[in-house]
Amino acid sequence: MHAIVCIKQVPDTTEVKIDPVRGTLIREGVPSILNPFDTYAIEEALRLKEQFGGKVTAISMGPPQAIEVLKEAVAMGCDDAILLSDRAFAGSDTWATAYTLSQAIRRLGEFDIILCGRQAIDGDTGQVGPGIARQLKINQLTYVCKIQHIDFEKKEIRVERLLEEGREVVESRLPALLTVVKDINQPRYPTFKGIRRASRMEYPIWTAKDLEGANPAFFGLDGSPTRVVRVFTPPPRSGQTEIIQGETVQEQATKLVERLLAEKII
Amino acid sequence: MEFQLSDEHRLLEKTVREFAAREIAPYIKEQDRTHSFDPGIFPKMAEQGLLGICIPERYGGAGMDYISLGLACEELEYVDTSVRVIMSVHVGLYSCTLLQWATEEQKQKYLVPAAQGDVIGAFGLTEPNAGSDVVNLQSTARREGDHYILNGEKTWISLADVADHFLVFAWTDTEKKRRRDHTGISAFIVERGWPGLTTETIHGKLGVRAGNTGSISMTDVPVPAENLLGQEGEGFKIAMSALDQGRYTVAAGATGLIRACLDASVRYANERQTFGVPIGRHQLIQQMIAFMAQRYEIARLLYLRAGWLKNQGIRNTRETSLAKWYACDAAFDSASDAVQIHGAYGYCDEYDVERFFRNAKGAVIYEGSREIHQLLQAEYALGYRQDKPLRCELPAYDPETWTES
Repeated sequence: MHAIVCIKQVPDTTEVKIDPVRGTLIREGVPSILNPFDTYAIEEALRLKEQFGGKVTAISMGPPQAIEVLKEAVAMGCDDAILLSDRAFAGSDTWATAYTLSQAIRRLGEFDIILCGRQAIDGDTGQVGPGIARQLKINQLTYVCKIQHIDFEKKEIRVERLLEEGREVVESRLPALLTVVKDINQPRYPTFKGIRRASRMEYPIWTAKDLEGANPAFFGLDGSPTRVVRVFTPPPRSGQTEIIQGETVQEQATKLVERLLAEKII
Repeated sequence: MEFQLSDEHRLLEKTVREFAAREIAPYIKEQDRTHSFDPGIFPKMAEQGLLGICIPERYGGAGMDYISLGLACEELEYVDTSVRVIMSVHVGLYSCTLLQWATEEQKQKYLVPAAQGDVIGAFGLTEPNAGSDVVNLQSTARREGDHYILNGEKTWISLADVADHFLVFAWTDTEKKRRRDHTGISAFIVERGWPGLTTETIHGKLGVRAGNTGSISMTDVPVPAENLLGQEGEGFKIAMSALDQGRYTVAAGATGLIRACLDASVRYANERQTFGVPIGRHQLIQQMIAFMAQRYEIARLLYLRAGWLKNQGIRNTRETSLAKWYACDAAFDSASDAVQIHGAYGYCDEYDVERFFRNAKGAVIYEGSREIHQLLQAEYALGYRQDKPLRCELPAYDPETWTES
């Protein structure tokens, strides 16, 4: 079994500061972390490895310091880790990022499953995972909260997807790409052995030249079909606070529900 | 000179920080309130490798260095003192002492399961009438054939009621006991379950209420002669060398406690408003916070240097004592100021700082009271005290052999 996990280094804050002129993220001065959703993808891949054997490869695209998140992935138990880093990749939108990652995954050779977090906490698009699946022409199973059944011999998988209004059970052929939600598992801590290995390991850095057969016109800002025109912080919501009065909690709840129905909120 | 943590240390620090936040922080307030020790933390710590963190892999440990031991203690005590105490006793005082003094057979029998976390070790030196005055021990070990027969009372023993194995100190030479000649004291590895050994928990402590502290009672406990640690009469030296590791973990832990006080105080000073501004804008609050920041940096540098000396295999009794003395006093002062900054809210257990304050006092007393460390430092400075080489030294950290299985 060969599982590939796509991970991303993100700023350690949910309140990302934005460059008002360029409309891009200001990364300076903000500590970087492994995208929290990606830890669930790593954990799920490691569980598959424990159950079926094989190996897990972590892959990330970003500036050289993104190696830090690969170290964390190896410390948790990933076998290999590859960084895609080249000035040519800078400014990639979700399409170009998915293209570049899929080219690297092609270079990795045979694989059975790709795992991603549901989205990155900086851009919040949730598009790169599905984009990779499309580029590789494999099925995508998004928002997975449980792998019900997986058989790498028969190349079949059945998962539960966490949707807004319930859960959906979907079957697919393998290889497939999964994006996972937090409900899927509880990520492990890195082991001390893993930490030692991660600290002493060499991390291959692949540049645009290493992605043979790829079309360089699809890399980076120039290869990105979309442009961020403007990024802005919406004005804070204003509203009035109203305390619902009542003798008992039940009475208060009843009044609240009546009000919400009257306002057509529920 | 290198003031940056290595990748290995950074990743370890982050891991233990997350471990403490997830496995200890959510439950600690309730455990402290109810004075309950949770033995369920042992398997979690064992799985993570914490219980054998700086023990070589061939002895069942995780094969990290002594700086890692310090960093782990800092991160654990950032959340609560009780879990750091486990590290001090089980790793610092018990396992490291076996690593330093035990024979290969003893290491295989006692160090390996301890480092793997299958058994918990404790350290029995203090007695009802022997704390700082170690030579006033009353416990005795009488040789009878291939056994020693141990009698005596140990008290203020951390983990007394939950540990499996004990490192116990007793007089093997009654004549020397009468003359207060410490070369008559010996060290023994004693197992729970042996006839005549009972333990009890001490209730009513001011702080570290989520930790287990108790007493050990020994009445004619037969201890096989092969469980003598080191040679007969080496007990005092073994105990003092053990304290070099125990005090190191206490210093590192107290450093974490200072950081906890600083973080809590900064958070509160930015939230709480008086006279129309956050209280952080008031200079007298700023002064208390400035001292905490200063103390944290000093304490951390002192313990990391002691850890570095241990890694190098350089004797560090003086440096470790200095780190312990400074960090524990600084933690107590910081906790007191943290309560002050929180005002009346700091005086009740809605906030963590009252727990920090109660916890901080203990370490000013145990593992060498503040006064003992002052005497030691004065004696070093005045040239009255010099450390002589020991028959067995704590092995220097070697990244290669430490990870050979």
